Amino acid sequence: MKFTKLLTGAVLALGLATTAMAQDKTKVGFVFVGPVGDGGWTYEHNKGRLAVEEHFGDKVETVFVESVAEGPDSERVMTQMALNGADLIFTTSFGYMDPTINVAKKFPNVKFEHATGYKQAENVATYSARFYEGRAIQGHIAGKMTKSNIIGYIGSYPIPEVIRGINAAFIHARKANPDVQFKIVWAYTWFDPAKEADAAKVLIEQGADVVLQHTDSTAPQAAAQEAGNVVTFGQASDMGQYAPFPRVSSIIDDWAPYYIARTQAVMDGTWTSGNTWDGIGAGMVGIGKISDAVPADVKAEALLLKASLADGTYHAFTGPLNKQDGTPFLAEGEVADDGTLAGMNFYVEGIEGDIPQ
Amino acid sequence: MDLSAINPLLFVAGFLVAATPLIFAAIGELVVEKSGTLNLGVEGMMITGAICGFATAVETGSPLLGFAAAAVGGAALSLLFAFLTQITLANQVASGLALTLFGLGLSALLGQSYVGIKPPRLPDINFGPLADIPVIGPILFTHDVILYLGIILVAATWAVLKFTRAGLILRAVGESHDAAHALGYKVVRIRTLAIMFGGACAGIGGAYISLIRVPQWTEGMTAGIGWIALALVVFASWKPWRLLLGAYLFGGITQLQLNLQGAGVAIPVEYLAMSPYVITIIVLVVLSRHKGGAPACLGRTFHASS
Repeated sequence: MKFTKLLTGAVLALGLATTAMAQDKTKVGFVFVGPVGDGGWTYEHNKGRLAVEEHFGDKVETVFVESVAEGPDSERVMTQMALNGADLIFTTSFGYMDPTINVAKKFPNVKFEHATGYKQAENVATYSARFYEGRAIQGHIAGKMTKSNIIGYIGSYPIPEVIRGINAAFIHARKANPDVQFKIVWAYTWFDPAKEADAAKVLIEQGADVVLQHTDSTAPQAAAQEAGNVVTFGQASDMGQYAPFPRVSSIIDDWAPYYIARTQAVMDGTWTSGNTWDGIGAGMVGIGKISDAVPADVKAEALLLKASLADGTYHAFTGPLNKQDGTPFLAEGEVADDGTLAGMNFYVEGIEGDIPQ
Repeated sequence: MDLSAINPLLFVAGFLVAATPLIFAAIGELVVEKSGTLNLGVEGMMITGAICGFATAVETGSPLLGFAAAAVGGAALSLLFAFLTQITLANQVASGLALTLFGLGLSALLGQSYVGIKPPRLPDINFGPLADIPVIGPILFTHDVILYLGIILVAATWAVLKFTRAGLILRAVGESHDAAHALGYKVVRIRTLAIMFGGACAGIGGAYISLIRVPQWTEGMTAGIGWIALALVVFASWKPWRLLLGAYLFGGITQLQLNLQGAGVAIPVEYLAMSPYVITIIVLVVLSRHKGGAPACLGRTFHASS
């Protein structure tokens, strides 16, 4: 009995000591959906984490847990982080939305930041990037480069984020090439290299010579490389190891400036909840180097499109546009508002197939 | 909906490739179970083989050496299982599950410096004019040597189990280890060899994913194929040819699911995605009604004193 008491005391003292130490530093936690070595989505979030460490040096301590399943398990991980004294927690996948809200209720003093979601609270802010601006550029290049006029698209889950990307890519592919058709395969995973590779191969076998992906691994790039004449784009990260071909460009998520700014806000005590949605203009979405495999004139057009998206003179969703069923979506010159974009659950006119429910 | 978009030749060729990792892992496990041991660590041995094969292929530039290393890696890991279950007489189910968890962790550790690297490509065998035969050519004669090795392995396993003395001894050990022991056969040694064979096969199956099917290394890339292989052995009721058929069925459904989606068929994707598992469950239920021929000593520990 005495021994147990002694042990409990020791553990308690140790706990207090670590808490005391933690108070000197701002502790920032990260919850990742894939491994940090996925070469895509999680890899870039981890780069943001490393940038925070580098920027603040000794004043900050970061912790992360990788490959956390969306759902109840993520709630456990977040709770553990909060209990261990994290001041700020970034939860970096759409499926962490409700768990984040639930855990945030229990820890009112901890600040939470949820990526790509739409539910906020007093201590939960949301942030995302306007990836669809990058998709518009990809769509343009894809439309110009396809010879079979079939563009394959590997979707992850049918959520607004992904559907928005498909629409943006399709609109601009059609503008560049009115004969273009999209083949869409849903993988129902963010990360499963074998399945992603199979999906890419199937699309290629069915005639696609451009494959866009909204999944996180580089497996589709490898599949395209093997097929030999198929164009791909890096997703979330540059995936430069597959440049200059098949990867001809990429969307790069640059979270570092945001993560640094939000950590600073927590340190200064100026953190407030809110919704940040930045695009190419603010630097949150980067366009990877367009390789020489793209013809010079197409590259110039793509860069022009990028510039107009960046300075706000052009919006990726500009009317006239109809929904898939032919009902009007945007009138001539009208641009989509953020609310519609955030909840987008329909294809635009011209895309075949149904969104799985 | 445009079914003509599906090229049947490429579809069949595709599912032959998708089924190969399954064939290797399952035929290895079949031999293990025929010897009376249940090794649930297939997934762990596969992923270990995947990284051992990948690393070796990258370092030496030879995919075939990679496959050899994968076999060694898988067999080495299975020795741990053999030690636990045959020497220390630990529970086979628990040891197998532990082996899977251990293999997943070990492979992630070994693979840290291999993310994002391209492995050397194993060339397809050149069959010359055979590959130009219409229909049969593109389906059968455009693959790599490992895929054919898988089919040969199934045939060899069938022949050895059915016609040879070695096969008879292996089956005897699996059916009644006490009787085999009384006849003077070294039960523990035979089972250890069977377990190592299973490990080597699982390793090659894993390397087929990391070197040919994907081809790249990422953590956790076997994504449950080892478990399907285990189900497949039962599905095949421990018969090699039925196992081959089952592997093609499973590989075929996965490919068909993606193909139909690409062709725009309005079937709810979730049902297609879960169909391989549903079929497994149905077959398990059907088989359990007439005692599908499981080795009598499957999963029972053996000690010479008993």
